[in-house]
Amino acid sequence: MRYLPLNEDDRVAMLARIGVSSIDDLFADIPARARLDGLIEGLPTHASEMAVERHFTDLSRQSLSAGDAPFFCGGGAYRHHVPASVDHLIQRSEFLTAYTPYQPEIAQGTLQTLFEFQTQVAQLTGMDVANASLYDGSTATAEAVHMAARITRRRKCVLAPGLHPHYAQTVQTAVQGETMDMHTMNAAMGADANVVDALDDQTACIVVQSPNIFGELVDLEPLAEAAHAVGALLIAVTTEVVALGLVKSPGEMGADIVAAEGQSIGNGLSFGGPYVGLLACRNDRKFIRQVPGRFAGETVDEEGQRGFVLTLSTREQHIRREKATSNICTNSGLCTLAFTIHLALLGEKGLRKLAALNHGRACVLADRLDALDGVEVLNQSFFNEFAVRVRGNAAQIVEDMAKVGVLGGIPAARLFGAGHFDDVLMVAVTETNTDDDFDALVAALREAI
Amino acid sequence: MAMNSTGRPTAPTGDGARAEDLKTFSGSRGLMQQEPLLHEVGAPEKCGVDLPCVPKHTSRLGGLEREEVIGLPGLSEPEALRHYVRLSQRNYAIDLGLYPLGSCTMKHNPRLNEKLARLPGFADVHPLQPQSTVQGALGLMAELSHWLMAITGMDAVALSPKAGAHGEWCGMMCVRAAIEERGELDTRRRVLVPQSAHGTNPATAAACGFEIDELPADATGRVDMDALRSKIGPDVAAIMLTNPNTCGLFERDIREISDLVHDAGGYFYCDGANLNAIMGKTRVRDLGVDAMHINLHKTFSTPHGGGGPGAGPVVLSDRLSTYAPVPYLVRDGEGWALVEEVAQAKAKPFGRMSAFHGQMGMFVRALAYMMSHGADGLRQVSEDAVLNANYLLARLSDEMSPAYDGLCMHEALFDDAFLKDTGVTTLDFAKAMIDEGYHPMTMYFPLVVHGAMLIEPTETESRESLNRFADSLISLAKLAKSGDTSRFTNAPTLAPLRRLDETRAARTPVLRWREG
Amino acid sequence: MSTIYYTEDHEWLNVDGDTATIGISTYAAGQLGDVVFVELPEVGKTVKKGDEIAVVESVKSASEIYAPVSGEITASNAALEDAPETVNEDAQGAGWFFKMTIADRSELSGLMDEAAYGEFTKE
Repeated sequence: MRYLPLNEDDRVAMLARIGVSSIDDLFADIPARARLDGLIEGLPTHASEMAVERHFTDLSRQSLSAGDAPFFCGGGAYRHHVPASVDHLIQRSEFLTAYTPYQPEIAQGTLQTLFEFQTQVAQLTGMDVANASLYDGSTATAEAVHMAARITRRRKCVLAPGLHPHYAQTVQTAVQGETMDMHTMNAAMGADANVVDALDDQTACIVVQSPNIFGELVDLEPLAEAAHAVGALLIAVTTEVVALGLVKSPGEMGADIVAAEGQSIGNGLSFGGPYVGLLACRNDRKFIRQVPGRFAGETVDEEGQRGFVLTLSTREQHIRREKATSNICTNSGLCTLAFTIHLALLGEKGLRKLAALNHGRACVLADRLDALDGVEVLNQSFFNEFAVRVRGNAAQIVEDMAKVGVLGGIPAARLFGAGHFDDVLMVAVTETNTDDDFDALVAALREAI
Repeated sequence: MAMNSTGRPTAPTGDGARAEDLKTFSGSRGLMQQEPLLHEVGAPEKCGVDLPCVPKHTSRLGGLEREEVIGLPGLSEPEALRHYVRLSQRNYAIDLGLYPLGSCTMKHNPRLNEKLARLPGFADVHPLQPQSTVQGALGLMAELSHWLMAITGMDAVALSPKAGAHGEWCGMMCVRAAIEERGELDTRRRVLVPQSAHGTNPATAAACGFEIDELPADATGRVDMDALRSKIGPDVAAIMLTNPNTCGLFERDIREISDLVHDAGGYFYCDGANLNAIMGKTRVRDLGVDAMHINLHKTFSTPHGGGGPGAGPVVLSDRLSTYAPVPYLVRDGEGWALVEEVAQAKAKPFGRMSAFHGQMGMFVRALAYMMSHGADGLRQVSEDAVLNANYLLARLSDEMSPAYDGLCMHEALFDDAFLKDTGVTTLDFAKAMIDEGYHPMTMYFPLVVHGAMLIEPTETESRESLNRFADSLISLAKLAKSGDTSRFTNAPTLAPLRRLDETRAARTPVLRWREG
Repeated sequence: MSTIYYTEDHEWLNVDGDTATIGISTYAAGQLGDVVFVELPEVGKTVKKGDEIAVVESVKSASEIYAPVSGEITASNAALEDAPETVNEDAQGAGWFFKMTIADRSELSGLMDEAAYGEFTKE
């Protein structure tokens, strides 16, 4: 077997050195009635690299991949072009096959890139500090809610309309273990005025997504003011971070904590994971001490040379155990690395242009779709994703378009449940979409309606 | 006759001056290149990406255009390659040498798996595409489920947890849902957790709203059965047990433990971090387990990537399977479908753990690993992992002090008794290993042993590699005992950096770069 | 005239009339290693003996501080926020954590004096 270096001679010699006669002597502690004598049932035996590759290639072909179709899906996961050098660099052995940087003297590669990542995330979100990442945007949002509850010592949380329904469900599930008072507001296109009415002096936080699930941009400033007036925190959620190249940052608009999905930069769609959760907050000791997950921090070595370590670890489960800020024990290491490399390749200039390109092309498509009979763009504003009302059932229309090889967007009912927004289709546009893609979508949509 | 007309010397001409005394002008040291921070080498106007022109359009940003400068540094592609390649060379890695971190299972990461994870049918499909267009991806998830259930003998598997700790939380939320349905949520409050447990276990139980009750270890490093009997009762929701445990020992009384917990109406959560020791040798179902997460990045070799991403599917017994979270996979005629809404589910899912369906990229790698090994290879993996650990235990016992008598499973635990009165600590010993070219073992964990050193070689080390490692450690142990402490207290001296000041980092946190 | 008491959790109390100044012992500060952070109780808070009211952290540990007696917190040592190292440098002086009233003097009877604490830490 190609991954196992020991041969039979090795095994015999090693058993002798240990002083046992057979390999089963090493497993003697397993209760007799629980021991497995033969092979595991229902599984084949080992396979060659060629055989495995053949099997996976066959499986892969059974899906219609985004690159093989005019593709317009968003809803919290976006298809952007990732430069070839990103994937090359993250596959370097020293990054790919290293563990958590517990021994900083021989993990400066990981630690320095994490420190750079934290700085980039803080800059992008307009916040002071960011952690070394969480699993994804939805779990980052749940962690942000926990964090706000600990900081304010309050138990009420308001989820504003327009929050990704799966994010809302993730938050609702995450707080089941404690006595949180959740106010989930009914979905609407924009942030509605009732949000402010839901705030009171028991409110820990209000969670607002922008661009929201329909793509609508939300001015966070009045919401931040209303939240702060009652001593609550504003948690800003973003599922498409490329937008931050063109749109006011949450920090600029008064957010206290930002939870975001970083997949858009550096990471592919990968059917939903692994992604990279971003969490940033104000530079306030009370906040920083409640942040979940890892931080890389700057220090010096014995000779005074600059170096980086994991720090403020007493927040974490391996020290604080049941009193930890979270049970999280990883960050999204490689995805974080892909994010930071891609963003370094873009730089400010590239990110701004990428964002402008996304927005510009989305505007062009929105105008084309709006001109179609039976299609109406619903947004007042948007970045690169918008909602259209279609004549008919959006889910059916999406299925019909898929049959002709067009992945034309996400029916809102896929996220909100059948019976909700049945005639709303969400369409996302990125720099990867060509004019031919636009033509194909327009044709398929016209046909399907 | 051809003369050496350029005067180029062809043999060393130096006087033997010592390399460590040389201070270079550039700050680099040969192959070890000096590399500043991204924010010091990059600039906002630099860019390593060419993009097409922005089409004519009327902006529809609703008056929320960004006005502030972001300050993000950029690099051209060649500069970016240098920056990251130089940084990469400051990392230790499995591909560089033995990485004996106990409890972490740092085994070889096959590159076939990387290649397959990048096939477009897995890497380039959207989680919310019509399900009719992603049957290959769903089929892969179904196959992975089949393998995980076959290996563990369990009835169901929840794939969406994003890492081991997330899986623990999934399993314990299933326990919570079951207890809630029985109407006992107010009375079953206690979760028993051994002192030797990973910190995630108590943190998870607390996140589910339970109270933690610590179980002591007995003199053999296993659960103290008398203490367990005295703590068991109708208020116990569950026990969370790692098996083999974090001392590298199989819990011999595991059947009695599971019976005791079940008889008291509680559930048995098994931390699957150490599954690598028992695959194909026993099935966790036969040990009485109700829920167990599987760290795909440990046992099934998805790359650790400097700390993630992980993946933590949870296998469930029929007592808990109905509570598995959405989304989950069901048969749909000839194909597969995802149940994505709690309201639409026939079962009783406790909720949703994250936005999408789990760590697809890791599923592909793990399944490729499993299929490559097959039923025979997976059993061989566990046998070789346990053999390698016991071989190191036998060899190192000559000079180091095992924490417990007898054999071990896939990892060998030592305490610092062999360093007593030497002036060398576990930390010093670990740092000296760095100078020897090794990543240190897990240190100061588990908490039940003083100055713990937990060594897990994994099955992907050859006998020669183990021997070189053992020789180095034995030499270091002898040196420490001989009274030569400076080699240890100054270590590491040959790494890119010397020992770092963690106190300073924590007292005055600097968590980002700032100008000036 | 003030009296010093110690608890089994390695806190010291300097009792002066009906108030006490509280910190961790020099011995405990040595055992903890470099103190990097102290989370202090809010002034005005009423606490019961045994309540967790503060946390002292080193790089790799976090230890709860329990109220040694019942009473009300009257002051906390804000200087520790910026200079946690004071706990290592002068644990039983400038490194004090907080001051509190003593609601029930009988709770002092279970505490150790200097000599008893010396014996206690020898074990």
